[in-house]
Amino acid sequence: MEILLFGITREIVGQNSLTIHPEENIQTVGQLKAWLADHFPGMKKLSSLAVAVDSTYADDAQELLPNQEIALIPPVSGG
Amino acid sequence: MLIKIVDEVEVQEAYQYLQDPGAGGIDLFVGTVRNHAQGKEVVKLVFEAYAPMALKEMQKLAQQAQQQWPITKLVMLHAVGEKMVGEPVVIIGVASAHREAAFTACRFLIDELKKTVPIWKKEYYQDNSIWVNAHP
Repeated sequence: MEILLFGITREIVGQNSLTIHPEENIQTVGQLKAWLADHFPGMKKLSSLAVAVDSTYADDAQELLPNQEIALIPPVSGG
Repeated sequence: MLIKIVDEVEVQEAYQYLQDPGAGGIDLFVGTVRNHAQGKEVVKLVFEAYAPMALKEMQKLAQQAQQQWPITKLVMLHAVGEKMVGEPVVIIGVASAHREAAFTACRFLIDELKKTVPIWKKEYYQDNSIWVNAHP
């Protein structure tokens, strides 16, 4: 699973994207968030962390399927 | 409607697009780089966008605004990259038959853009830098 990173999440991970091995068995957005919190303590310090699936905000129950574009959305600050 | 993410936002482009014989009022909001934040001097800002999603979210907001107010024309432009103090970074424009709808829709669009559109800014001070809003 390939995850796009933006803003501070890129700095927390130290890369422009993150590859998660299928063996991690992450099936939902909620599971992805829990995995991220376990592996990158910096994620837990954020004001919020959203996940976008195919460039739309996804809730925790949403299933992650192959070939989707998945991105981490840290607190936005445009404008 | 004109919705774009660009390296440089142009007030003139927005104003030209908004002109319409049916419009009795044109509202333009221009967000610019301020020289201070949290009591510190700001040297520059750097903006980053998840462009495909940002455009989609901006289009959603534009559609919501068009459903709520009688809008003749609408512009949303946001810049990415390095921006120095005084430079424009976001332009919201609404043309409507009457000023009330133009004012209200313009305010709605900039307020909502700041809440939902995936664009991030990093503030650079003399001695350090932070991603705005990232931490409580």
